[in-house]
Formats: sequence, structure tokens, C-alpha cells
Amino acid sequence: MTQHATTDAGRLYGYAASGLAALIFVAFAAMAPGVVGGQPVLADWPWAPSLNISLAFMLDGLSLIFGLLISGIGALIFLYATGYMGDHPRFGRFVLFLFAFMISMLGLVTARDLITLFLFWELTSITSYLLIGFDHDNPRARRNALQAMLITAGGGLALLAGFILMGAAAGGYDLARILAGQGLQGHPLYGPILVLVLLGAFTKSAQFPFHLWLPNAMAAPTPVSAFLHSATMVKAGVYLLARLHPALGGTPAWTVTLIAAGAVTAVLASVLAMRQSDLKQALAYTTLMALGMITMLLAGSHPYALTAAVTFLIVHSLYKASLFMVVGAIDHATGTREVAQLGGLGRAMPVTAVAAFLACASMAGLPPMIGWIGKELIYAGAATMAGAPLVIAAAVAANALVFAVAGVVTLRPFLGAPLRTPHPAHEAPWQMLAGPIILAACGLVAGLLAQPLLGAAIGSTLTGSLMQDRAAGLHLWAGFNAALVLSLLTFTIGVMLYVMRDRFAALVDPVLRRLPSFDNGWDRLLDAFRDLAAWQTRMLQTGRLTSYMLAVFAVTALALGATILHGRPVIAPELPRSAFLWLTVGFTAAGAVLALNTHSRIAAIAGIGTVGIGVAVIFIFAGAPDVATTQLMVETLSAVMFAIAALRLPGLVERRSRQRQLAHGAVAGAVGLCVTVMVLSVTASPLDRTITQYFEENSYALAHGLNIVNVVLVDFRAFDTFGELIVVLLASFGAYAVLKRKRGAGA
Amino acid sequence: MNSLILSIGARFLTALFLLFSLFVLLRGHNSPGGGFIGGLIGAAGFVLYSFAAGVGAARSALRVDPRAIGVWGMALAVVAGLASALAALDPFTGLWLIVADLALSTVLVFDIGVYLAVFGAILTLVFTLEETL
Repeated sequence: MTQHATTDAGRLYGYAASGLAALIFVAFAAMAPGVVGGQPVLADWPWAPSLNISLAFMLDGLSLIFGLLISGIGALIFLYATGYMGDHPRFGRFVLFLFAFMISMLGLVTARDLITLFLFWELTSITSYLLIGFDHDNPRARRNALQAMLITAGGGLALLAGFILMGAAAGGYDLARILAGQGLQGHPLYGPILVLVLLGAFTKSAQFPFHLWLPNAMAAPTPVSAFLHSATMVKAGVYLLARLHPALGGTPAWTVTLIAAGAVTAVLASVLAMRQSDLKQALAYTTLMALGMITMLLAGSHPYALTAAVTFLIVHSLYKASLFMVVGAIDHATGTREVAQLGGLGRAMPVTAVAAFLACASMAGLPPMIGWIGKELIYAGAATMAGAPLVIAAAVAANALVFAVAGVVTLRPFLGAPLRTPHPAHEAPWQMLAGPIILAACGLVAGLLAQPLLGAAIGSTLTGSLMQDRAAGLHLWAGFNAALVLSLLTFTIGVMLYVMRDRFAALVDPVLRRLPSFDNGWDRLLDAFRDLAAWQTRMLQTGRLTSYMLAVFAVTALALGATILHGRPVIAPELPRSAFLWLTVGFTAAGAVLALNTHSRIAAIAGIGTVGIGVAVIFIFAGAPDVATTQLMVETLSAVMFAIAALRLPGLVERRSRQRQLAHGAVAGAVGLCVTVMVLSVTASPLDRTITQYFEENSYALAHGLNIVNVVLVDFRAFDTFGELIVVLLASFGAYAVLKRKRGAGA
Repeated sequence: MNSLILSIGARFLTALFLLFSLFVLLRGHNSPGGGFIGGLIGAAGFVLYSFAAGVGAARSALRVDPRAIGVWGMALAVVAGLASALAALDPFTGLWLIVADLALSTVLVFDIGVYLAVFGAILTLVFTLEETL
């Protein structure tokens, strides 16, 4: 009964989250006409005005496209997840994590303040850590989650540094002002800013050589992969590149870096995608290819290249989310994702098959899908870029390989002879069909009606967000041109690659095996860090109180000694004449000598107590009865506590070598000498009585008290006293916990 | 500890300690004393009692768990500190009510909080040490 109740509640969470995401989508859509018309929506709340930081948001063309994709795909993903894993005992938690991620992502793409953007940037890293490691009983999932977080959050730290430099260079963190300004390309800090921002963007978007975390992130449940690792999280990096393009783009450094990273990532990833036997892994690598392609296009500064980047971003989000959901449905129905084990699923899963074919057609860039337009634009854009031949070659290679992957992903599993799978194949429930089929259909509709549907949004992104004078049009038929020829070339190579995929494998596998494994390198790096930490801990944390005390006192002696040698204070000791004071000093010194030389712990405690009481008496002479009383009580109580412990310990036996004793004695003597000189030099110079005078004048007038010490404690400095109370209580409770635990462990 | 003198004397001494600690607490604003010293003296009284009669007897004489006393003291200090918000003043600003010659204030409440927190913290530590070591 309970099981059913929780399951139903979990499903409710899923539907509720889906509905909320759909509402957000509708809200974005309602704001779309104004935004597209050139009126960005702005919102602003003060956060830390003294630091010039505010929670500021802005919805312009670029943000709008991302907002619609995130919330729209999000709504379908929540629905899908409800069908996919709605009976999972922790489904409620899953929905919470995924929703938190979606909100972080929306915050990221609408942030107008750099620090706000960074905040949401890191939130996406943290929430995706929770999602990748959702299956936390699995050590592999935990390891991959940690890897993703360390890489993306590490890049995030670089990004923060870059943002702070940008804020310093531009005179504020307001993105709108930075983008509307002159651009930072000529600023002296441009170099460091570019390096740091690119580090952030490349780690997030898994560009070579930070690509390794993305395929590993497939340890996450499939709805997460479909959402985070195809359509959203990894797009944050390219979003940032696009967002900052007007302020940072167009320089040779920008162009060369983005083309190099993008091209290497795109080609390497599509080769690796061909060689995956797991459908989900194959898709993960094509995601890398898409990210590389967009990065490469963002290197350009021509409207064609940038239009291609934005369009391809939409294309990829639609087909990739759809395909991931299809693979999840196959996995769900048959129990496997291995290409070799799948075949002829089309008959058992007709709706899934339709979604898969539509989405793959878009991925392969076949007309009349939006993918075809995207590919045409890529070629048109690549031709306008610096180093065009190289860019075009990389684009053709990557597209042809992805064309072949599209064949592998759909033709084999859905057509041909049915194979025996771990479970007999059956159609997925409606919740799992809605997402893939709607998104795949979007790819078709967007292709047929590209200009009327997307033209305005892409146009305002280009002219508004990216500061171009125009956008390229989206047309299924753009006439006989170079792009068309390149498309035909792509299809030819793609078909050849698909047909000869075994020979291709024989060709590339030996090369791939020679490549160093970045993943193993990562593990070695982490191991090295752990070894370093262990070594350092062994060095610093010996576990022996003596060595800690020695370190503390040696450093104290060094610091004081250096200060004294540097300052060379003038000391004029004024010896007291009171015989009673001399007697007290004598007793105090005798107590110290006793504590040092006795073999009885009780005698040592009595010696230390004598020192403490001697100090209290001296306080009384100095006219500080409050301090003296406190000192006396503290001394009494600590003697009691020492005694309780000491009665259970054996007698004091000297185990230190002679040299060690001398060394300890030298440190102790040095501390004593330095403190003495310090105190004498302080008393030799006239005291600044400003504060004392203030308290003397105001203690009664403002705080109705004659005892200044107490008035300071409970009124003027009550907040400090309160802090001390917390310390006293925490120390006591900490000791309580340690003592109780020790007894528990002993028993 | 089996000392007849100590166990008889401790009862009176503990009472005396407690009384004196309250005296020190209340006079603190104008003469040497205050919550911190008072708390220490009060705790010392109970420490003495625990030596004479054992921790169990000291705990039952105290009736309340010293940990709770410490936490309540802290809570009282927070309340006293935030009471100034009622008068739209900054936290930990003292509020005074002077009735004839008697001056009442949130500062005194704060000092009582200090007394209880110190008292509770010290007794938690000493009792636990005696029980576990």
C-alpha cells in the first residue's frame, strides 16, 4: 500500500514539474513578440550595491531562444521522466534536482549581471553533479559525477576570475552596458580575460581537451542525459561564447582558439561516435561534435557564420533531446542499448521508430528537416570565416561522420530482422512518447516553415544580442551554390562511411588505441592529488600534541623576534618597589619551576595553578579586579579538569632525548624572552587612551553602569560577548561529543 | 572522595557559592562582577559538590541537564540582543526601564544569559570528564 502511495505521489511531482515548466514556456512565448521586436525585458533587484552587484536579468533574442528551448524541452523531459522512472523510490528527489537544474539554467541564460551569471553557472554544475550521481550506490556514477563537477566548477572558478577582470576593465558587471560599449578587444586586460573566459566556456561545453567528462556523464539516468547533456547544460558554454561575442570576439586570438578547439572536438568526437557500440554513448559523442561545431562557428564574425551557429544550436537541441529519449525508450523496453543486440524494433515500437527517423533525418541534415537548413548555413558560414578551407574540411568531415552515425543509430535497431533482446520489445507509455515525437515533429515543422517560425527570433538574436547588421535567411532552397555542392559531398561521404563502416573501424581503431587515454590521465591526476594531500597531512598532522605546540610556539617566537629586531624598541624597565609584589613574582616563578621538574602530575598541576594564581594577584595590584576574579576562577576550574584527567594517567616519565629537551627549552625561552621585551616596550611608550576615555565618559551616561569592564562586555561590545558565548558552548559540547564517543567506541 | 568534612561542608559551600554567584552577577554593572564571573563561580560550586557527593548526586541536585542550561542561556542572550528590534534599534542595543530607583534593562537579561551559558558549558565539560574518564 505504502509503496503505491509513494509511487503515485512521485508521479504527481513529475506531472506538476512538467506543468510548471510548460507554464514557464508559455510565459517566455508571451514575451517573445516584444523581445523579437527589439524591446528586451529587464528586471533588476539590488543584491550587494556596495560591490556594484545586482540580481539583474535581461531577456533578449539570444536569451529568448535558450529560454524557450530549456523550458519547452524541460516540460517534455519531466513528462518523459515520469514514464521512465516514475516508480523509482527517490523519484521526488529526482524531480527536485532536475527542476533546480532547470531554474539554474534559466537564470544563467537570462542573467544580465556577470556575478549573477556566475552564480547560476555554478548552480548548474552543482545540480548536475547531483543528477549525474543520482544512482549513488554505483561507484562509477559517483566518480563520473565528481569528474563532471570538478571540471566544470573548476572552469567556473576561472570564469569568475575572468568576470572580475571584465568588471574591472569595463567599469561594472552590467552585461548590457559591457556589450553596448566599445568592446574589450583593445583593453590591456583582454588577454587574461579571454583565457579565463574560454577556460570556463570550454570546460562547460566539453571542448577538447576538457571533453572527457561528457561521455562519462552518461552515468546519469537517461532523462538527465537528454536534458543536461544534449540541450541545456553543455550549451551554457556556447551560450557564454555567443553572449560575449560582441565584447571579446573578432580578434585573431579568439578566432584561432575557437576554430582549433571546435574543429578538433568536432572531428575527434564524430570519429569516436562511429566507434561506439552503446547507443547512448554514440549520441553523447555526437553531442560533443555539435558543441565543437557551434564553437567553431562562433569564431566567425560574419552574419552567416553566426546565423549558422544559432540555427545549428536549435537544430541540435531538438533532435538530440528527441534521440536521447528514443534511446531511453529502447533501453526501457528491451533492456539493452547495444547496437549489436538490437534489430527490427520498428514493428513493436512504431511511434518511437517514427520519432527516431524524423530526429535522425534532422541529425543527418536531410531535407526538408531544419537540420538540412542548419547544415547549409554551416557551409555558407564556414566559407566566410578566416581559414575557410580548414573550417569547411572539418565541417564536412564531422557532418559526414554524423550522417553515418545517424544511420547506425536508426537503421540497424529499427529495420532489418528482429533480434532477441533481454526483454521482448514493446511500445513505450504515452508519457515517454510525447517528448520524442513532439520534438522530432518540431524539427520537421521548423524545417518547412523555417523563416516564418524562427526567422524573427534568430534575426533579433543576430542584430540585438550579437550586434550584427543583419541575419542570413533560413531557406530550404537557397539555389545552386557552394553549400549545396558541399551538402551533396557530405551525403556521398556519409553513405560511403555507413556502408564501409567495418573497414572504417579497422582503419581508425589502431590509431584511436594509440591516443593517450584522457580518462586514465584524469584518474592519475586525482591520485596524484590524493597522494600529495596524504603526504602533506602526514607532515603537518603528526597527531602528537607536542609537535603542534612546538610549531605554534616556534612560529610565535619567530614572529615576535623578527618584529623586535625590526622595530628595535627602547626599553626602560621600571622595577616595582613593593616587596609583596616581588614575593608574588617569586611564587609564580617557583610554580613554573616545579611544574617543569616534577614527576608527579598532581604536583605539576599545582605548579601551573600557582603560576595562574600569581598572575591573578598581579592583576589585582594592577587594579583589575574583574580580570583577576575571572583568572582565579578559570585557573581553579582548569586545575580541577586537569586533575580529573591526570588521576587516570601514569606518572610523568621523560622520554625525550637530551637534544630534544634542549630544543624545546630553547623555544620556550625564546617565547618568554620575546613576550617580556614586547610587554616592556609597550609599557614604555605612552598609551593611546582614546578608547578608554570614551568608555570612561560614556559608561554611566549611555549605559547606566559604573563598572566599565562589565559595561563593555554586556553593552558596548555585547555582540562580541555573544560570539564568545558561542565559542564557549561549542567547545564544551565538542568535548562532550568526543568524550562520549570515545567511551562508546571503547565499550 | 570519602571525606566526611568535605561531604558535609560541600552542601553549605555549594549553597554559598551559588548565592555569591548571583550576588556577583547582579552587582556586576556597577562593581566588579558580572555574568561571566558569576557563571564561573556558580559552576565551581557545583564542581565542588560533585567531588563531595558524586556526579550523579550533583546532576540530580541541579535537576536540569547542564547542556540545556547552556543552550537556554544562549537563547536568552539572543532574545535580549534582538529585543532592541522592538524599539527599531540596532541589535544588542540596551533598552532601559527605570522604575523609581530600580534600573531594569535588556542588558541585565543578556548578562543572565551569559551567566547561564558559562555555567552550563563548564558543568557539561566537568561532569562529562568525571563520568567518562
